[in-house]
Amino acid sequence: MTVRDIFNDMSYGPAPESAAEVLEWIASHGGRFGHWIDGGFADLGDRGFTSFNPATGQPLAEVAQGTDASLDVAIAAARRAQPKWAKLSGHQRAKHLYALARLVQKHARLLAVLETLDNGKPIRESRDIDVPLVARHFYYHAGLAQLLASEQPGMAPLGVCGAVIPWNFPLLMLAWKVAPALAAGNTVVLKPAEFTPLTALLFAEISREAGLPKGVLNIVTGDGDTGAALVAHPGVDKIAFTGSTAVGRKIRAATAGSGKALTLELGGKSPYIVFDDADLDSAIEGLVDAIWFNQGQVCCAGSRLLVQEGVAERFHAKLKTRMDGLRLGDPLDKCIDIGAIIDPSQLASITAMVDACREGETYRAACPLPAGCFYPPTLITGLTAASPLMQEEIFGPVLVSMTFRTPAEAVELANNCRYGLAATVWTENINLALDVAPKLKAGVVWVNATNLFDAAAGFGGVRESGFGREGGWEGLLAYLKPAATPKPLKPTLASPAPRAPETPEIDRTAKHYIGGKQARPDGGYSRAIWSPRGKLLGHAGIGNRKDIRNAVEAAHAAKGWARSTAHSRAQILFYIAENLSARAAEFAARLRDLTGKPGEAEVEAAIARLFTYAAWADKFDGAVKSVPIRGVAMAMNEPCGVIAALCPDEAPLLGLISLMAPAIALGNTCVLVPSEPHPLAATDFMQVLECSDLPGGVVNIVTGSHAELAKPLASHMDVDAVWSFSSTPLSALVEREAAGNLKRAWVNHARARDWFGPEGEGRGFLRAATEVKTVWVPYGE
Amino acid sequence: MHTDLARRASLLPQLAHARNPGMALDLDWVASVQANTSAIERRAASLPGRRSVKKDWQAAWLCKAVSLIDLTTLSGDDTPGRVQRLCAKARQPVRADLLAALGMEGLTTGAVCVYHEMVEVAVRALEGSSIPVAAVSTGFPAGLSSYRTRLAEIGDSVAAGAAEIDIVISRRHVLTGNWQALYDETAEMRAACGAAHMKTILATGELGSLRNVARASLVCMMAGADFIKTSTGKESVNATLPVSLVMIRALRDYHARTAFRIGYKPAGGISKAKDALVYLSLMKDELGHPWLQPDLFRFGASSLLGDIERQLEHHLTGAYSAANRHPIG
Repeated sequence: MTVRDIFNDMSYGPAPESAAEVLEWIASHGGRFGHWIDGGFADLGDRGFTSFNPATGQPLAEVAQGTDASLDVAIAAARRAQPKWAKLSGHQRAKHLYALARLVQKHARLLAVLETLDNGKPIRESRDIDVPLVARHFYYHAGLAQLLASEQPGMAPLGVCGAVIPWNFPLLMLAWKVAPALAAGNTVVLKPAEFTPLTALLFAEISREAGLPKGVLNIVTGDGDTGAALVAHPGVDKIAFTGSTAVGRKIRAATAGSGKALTLELGGKSPYIVFDDADLDSAIEGLVDAIWFNQGQVCCAGSRLLVQEGVAERFHAKLKTRMDGLRLGDPLDKCIDIGAIIDPSQLASITAMVDACREGETYRAACPLPAGCFYPPTLITGLTAASPLMQEEIFGPVLVSMTFRTPAEAVELANNCRYGLAATVWTENINLALDVAPKLKAGVVWVNATNLFDAAAGFGGVRESGFGREGGWEGLLAYLKPAATPKPLKPTLASPAPRAPETPEIDRTAKHYIGGKQARPDGGYSRAIWSPRGKLLGHAGIGNRKDIRNAVEAAHAAKGWARSTAHSRAQILFYIAENLSARAAEFAARLRDLTGKPGEAEVEAAIARLFTYAAWADKFDGAVKSVPIRGVAMAMNEPCGVIAALCPDEAPLLGLISLMAPAIALGNTCVLVPSEPHPLAATDFMQVLECSDLPGGVVNIVTGSHAELAKPLASHMDVDAVWSFSSTPLSALVEREAAGNLKRAWVNHARARDWFGPEGEGRGFLRAATEVKTVWVPYGE
Repeated sequence: MHTDLARRASLLPQLAHARNPGMALDLDWVASVQANTSAIERRAASLPGRRSVKKDWQAAWLCKAVSLIDLTTLSGDDTPGRVQRLCAKARQPVRADLLAALGMEGLTTGAVCVYHEMVEVAVRALEGSSIPVAAVSTGFPAGLSSYRTRLAEIGDSVAAGAAEIDIVISRRHVLTGNWQALYDETAEMRAACGAAHMKTILATGELGSLRNVARASLVCMMAGADFIKTSTGKESVNATLPVSLVMIRALRDYHARTAFRIGYKPAGGISKAKDALVYLSLMKDELGHPWLQPDLFRFGASSLLGDIERQLEHHLTGAYSAANRHPIG
């Protein structure tokens, strides 16, 4: 074409970014990479596999398929390096992280081009989004390392962290795992995704220039088997995983009972809500960045469009026009919007899901589609909540859409989903935006924006999108534990039935407490409770799975509790303490009867604990994060929802109150199974609750066998978090059963906790009772 | 006289499209317009990273930018000599040897833009070139002269041979939400323009918010504007990408609703070749090919041309150029 031809047709020509430097780097390694272990590339004789450029199908390099043996070597290196790394001062670790941040910036283009070659994402995204976010993450965590000792006293690193990361943001996900792990004093063994191992290896090589001690960062390449082996390896103390919900569920089950800390950042089907007063053109550009960013292969992609009926037709028309203008092609071209799908298998999966859709109207963008691993931007309108594509994650450039009538319906539709990662809300009405944001089941909400990320702001999901946050102090805490080593927990046993029972004058019947009413056990079985000296203290109902079902239903029916003010919740907790205090002597006597030991101290501690959480109810503040936009990113502490707990056996009253009080203080409702050997303190306590203005259903108490009730509680799909402090060894079962809906599980791993001391209360409990939701609100007029 | 004007107007490329007759003021539509500033700013900030033209494409696009420039002088010290020199530059905006090497002989700027007093000089200097003369008008730049003289000024400039009239709107009507007054005034000015094409300058830097820019754009189009233009070049903030995005979206909505195409002219603050390329890609992506022609798109710029000339020479020689190698206008 001559200049005049182009002058006349004003076409875009090719604008390729050079790959020469990256290919040279690969060639300088002979086109073959071992694992990165102990500060260097290690050839452990593993067989190799090829990493391809998805845009061309051409091989890029050979990498090693990590085996159990290679993981042993890497984990041993990490273990050796960990104590020394943890012993460095926060300032010294901060200097290493700062150096990593600077090195990422200095090698920015090399990293960006390699990322695009290996992943197929447009160079604009790797250059302008991924790599700058990586640098930002290391800068931010250099700061966290610097402040860690003074800001988080009494906390210690976990040890060796295993990280398994996905192929959609290979380097960024590395940063999200490595930066907090290292800042906290852990060492890392990271398994990059099979499709995209190369930037991790380049980063590792660069880390040498940051003077990172040998063994602090190790990379073992391989496929899903390697990842599974890392998860199962007894030498790691924590697993941090980002990937699919299916694999996350397997990891939850595989690590159950192992004592390994776990954070999961999984899939999503994030709603993108457009109200009729929104700036529609801006909302459409937001959609481009929501569902056509990284070819839609984004866990938090705004993939579920909910648009208000009155503007839907106009919005869809505008959207289709916009889609037609998207440019697909060579990801290295600087004038491309959408690059290649990661792999032919993913392309086939997207194609199959869309082709199976028999409803609605499918619109494929009228933009030229290059040959190879590409999929056109697609919009499917006219679907309903029942349509499979409205519920299932496609993980490709496919947007599904339906309409709503009212804000309440928008929220209902948005939450009608198993996932809960992110949500987007477009409206010019601040009242509406700030009303809707807290109602959405999601870890992140963007108002009039989408896909905003920053190291200071927590990112992560609820429901089947996983648990744990990445970024901010809340993210760092997932890499820390209390420094003290807890003692083993001995079982607490019920007093046996005596040969010559001493029976009371008047029979007393303890029932369950469900929905604010005392309820007979569904099964119709009771158990006699004896004092150590052989006195019959009463009977306690033996709860079964139907009692649990009823209790969880009652807990959900009391959801108004979450909307009550913190002041009102505090008042009720104070009132419970007041009423307990009025009957202190009676409870002390009951505890003495049950345990054979004086009960006064436990009653006093229980009253104090109620005061503690009455105090916290209106003081567990969120935060406004310093993110680099004009706007606010609010970290809001929201209740988890329904919390189920197996209460400590050894402190029949204090143990129950230590779990109940933080849960309800922060707006949760709960289902509590009290001390199995000594349930009668709890059943007496029902009467205190009944006269303390506590709405029915906020606290539900089902007595019975922990071993029996653990499974229905932990597997219940409508329970949001499960805690177990039972002295029956149930941690493994609870964590495994929690995998069903990926609820948060907090278990004691058969370790004791001093319920009377500081470890029996405080921020750890408050954090367990809340989800941090980050609400981004950019502003400007 | 009228025949002469019609003859000159017939040289204008606008006639390829039906001229916007305007429509009744639709206040519901105006009120429904939203512009979310932070989202628009984020979009604008990412635009330069989303599109790139290289090599021959860049040269061709820069030539296109030249063809779209309203080469402008709006200074108190303008003289006939100065304006004649500018017109000569409009006829030969890029050195002849460079144009020959590019195969772009005959390239001219889109128009020459001057104050009323310089219109006749410019018309004479451009005779036979088919380059139209645009006159800034209606009490430019503040628009606060008497209504009668502002209207009269349009007629005077048209009579003097201006084929395009760049009017300024009354910012106070926007700032007080008096859309009816803005509509009425603009419609009368359009009537005063007759066959000459009317560019309405919104002075976006003085409108307070992007929403006001969006609403004012719409009202001016309803009143019959042929072009909407950002700035006089005299405000402290002139053409910006966020403002452009808002006005372009208004053009798109107006076209979707009425089928009439309205032109866009960002003015002031666009001085680099690279900026011009961003604007061109914005027009291409948001509105499509028709808006890359001088009948629907102009740059109001004076120093932009110099940077483009240097870039074009660099394209041909591979060596960075110098300002003194290119004749000034």
